[in-house]
Amino acid sequence: MDDLIIAGEKFSSRLIMGTGGAPSLEVLDQALVASGTELTTVAMRRLDPGARGSVLDVLRERGIKVLPNTAGCFTAGEAVLTARLAREALDTNWVKLEVIADERTLLPDPIETFDAAERLVADGFVVLPYIGDDPALARRLEQAGCAAVMPLGAPIGSGLGIRNPHNIELIVEAASVPVILDAGIGTASDAALAMELGCDAVLLATAVTRAQRPDLMASAMRQAVTAGRLARQAGRIPRRRYAEASSPMTP
Amino acid sequence: MIVTINGAAHEVADGMTVAQAVRTLTTATTGVAVAVNDEVVTRGTWETTALSDRDRVEVLTAVQGG
Repeated sequence: MDDLIIAGEKFSSRLIMGTGGAPSLEVLDQALVASGTELTTVAMRRLDPGARGSVLDVLRERGIKVLPNTAGCFTAGEAVLTARLAREALDTNWVKLEVIADERTLLPDPIETFDAAERLVADGFVVLPYIGDDPALARRLEQAGCAAVMPLGAPIGSGLGIRNPHNIELIVEAASVPVILDAGIGTASDAALAMELGCDAVLLATAVTRAQRPDLMASAMRQAVTAGRLARQAGRIPRRRYAEASSPMTP
Repeated sequence: MIVTINGAAHEVADGMTVAQAVRTLTTATTGVAVAVNDEVVTRGTWETTALSDRDRVEVLTAVQGG
């Protein structure tokens, strides 16, 4: 499979993992290894003196690049501060920008997201914004200098798959930065579909971390992303209403 | 003076530094970031940055998420 390139950095895996929802660091570690991921998100939270072990140790041990997110932020101001704290704590200027509109849907707030994206780009960040499946917003964020766009397939943790494949295709057609399908993936066929639609990568967490066997699902996702990428590059046959014989009756 | 560290109010000695505030929670200096009153304080200035009465100190680290 060809490399994924984000902001000039190469990744041989097109599966970006989240770390939320894993029952333990051991289970997470096994799933990350099985997924083959080279880029994985973490959230920033108040330091808990009683916490044992750190997700950072797992990522460092496995040589996985850390991608801090701004999960839990509701305003551009909160997201910008969180990104700056992540840069300070983790020595990376990469950030998955996530500004949520409300707790019930966890859908991204487009106005706050765009505002934060502009401020973070100006501050030298490599910004990967999580957005709705909105082609117009994706284009505007690319123009604002974002290094990728991350449209959702469906709400976070819903496992509903890709609810509007047509919009994902429109985003892919117009984008010259990587398109990363983020959120909503439920099972391997959803990840394969994202890649068949032309996405450059898939980001998922819950589908793996809350599967009955996380390491097995991680392996399935890895193979689905590869299969979907290869199918996209191979070029699928057109859909037809009626049969077309593959073996002609007459020579 | 009183400072708030990660949401909890503490009575502390005048002139407490950011570094001392961090050490009330952890001895780690990597993987940790600090904001005082919503402004990032870079690690290199923790020892020399004194807190003031009513300052809000946030000490953050990376956790599982996203």
